[in-house]
Amino acid sequence: MAVIKKKKEKGLPAVNTSALPDIVFMLLFFFMVATVMREVDLKVSVNKPQATEIQKLERKSLVTYIYAGSPRVNYQDKFGRSARIQLNDAFATIDDVQAFVIQERETKSEEDRPMMTMSIKADKSVKMGLISDIKLQLRKAQALKINYSSLQPKDVEALYSSEN
Amino acid sequence: MARNKRAIPEINAGSMADIAFLLLIFYLVTTTMDTDKGINRKLPPWDEELVEDPPPIKERNIFTVLVNSNDQLLVEDEYLEISQLREKAMEFIDNNGDGSCVYCKGYKVTSSSDNPDKAVISLQNDRGTSYGMYVKVQNELVAAYEDLREKYAEEEYGKSYRGMDSDEDKDVIKVIKSAYPQKISEAEPLNIGG
Repeated sequence: MAVIKKKKEKGLPAVNTSALPDIVFMLLFFFMVATVMREVDLKVSVNKPQATEIQKLERKSLVTYIYAGSPRVNYQDKFGRSARIQLNDAFATIDDVQAFVIQERETKSEEDRPMMTMSIKADKSVKMGLISDIKLQLRKAQALKINYSSLQPKDVEALYSSEN
Repeated sequence: MARNKRAIPEINAGSMADIAFLLLIFYLVTTTMDTDKGINRKLPPWDEELVEDPPPIKERNIFTVLVNSNDQLLVEDEYLEISQLREKAMEFIDNNGDGSCVYCKGYKVTSSSDNPDKAVISLQNDRGTSYGMYVKVQNELVAAYEDLREKYAEEEYGKSYRGMDSDEDKDVIKVIKSAYPQKISEAEPLNIGG
């Protein structure tokens, strides 16, 4: 009798949490493997265009990004609303592109340099004038492999509708 | 005996989970998962002096695509919707006007291209064209070539071109690509409706 009474007083036993670190570590390793470090802090808003004939960029280390779009809301009073170029973490002008590409090329190893790809991440509302200027600068800098960053559309029919 | 037992106390692992959580949250915040995809293109090399006499190409072997600043298309002097562009381009590439292309299914119209090897698509846009439209046009033109290659692969090899492995079917892909070589030429943009 006395023994049973004692047990009742204890109430619910504590949940065993000794496997919790294992679970969390598993999640941690998953995220370490499946994700990549965020490269830059985006200062322009980029709403990528949609396309179906897209290919994956294979070697991330060989890809250099050029962003173009209108500045984000918190930068608008300083930089205006018209489309700007962003290289690395800062706004840039069209004249900086060539030097930027050459400087980026220097960081790659000799045999990788011809495989360097420039990924143009531009907002779909950006005018082609700006993109053409970027392309001309890239040609001058001998960076000829480019990639127009786009998204796979969820609904292919929507590609042909007039609003986007 | 009692002393011996106390000599190696168990390490308290209770805060292990906290440390792991901290690391996990750090990775969640600083990394992204988005994969980079896009349309691959190659730019022509820059030449200081303009080539004085570009090699003459017959008018019928050129498929002109113009995009104005209102994102409207003019294809072969005809107003066209973007949804019709792929079909028109395929008709042009696959036309086989001189009959030298044995695998082509074109209509052999005399006013359209001689064979896929000679057919050139010329794309010109305005400086005011939106980038979204430009990518859409590029996409349709690339898709036209890819669709033709797909058809060719299905007939010649009985398998899908898009589903081919880039290492395993290297030689096959090469043959298919040379059957329909992608020739898209871009002219300097106009500046009319800036």
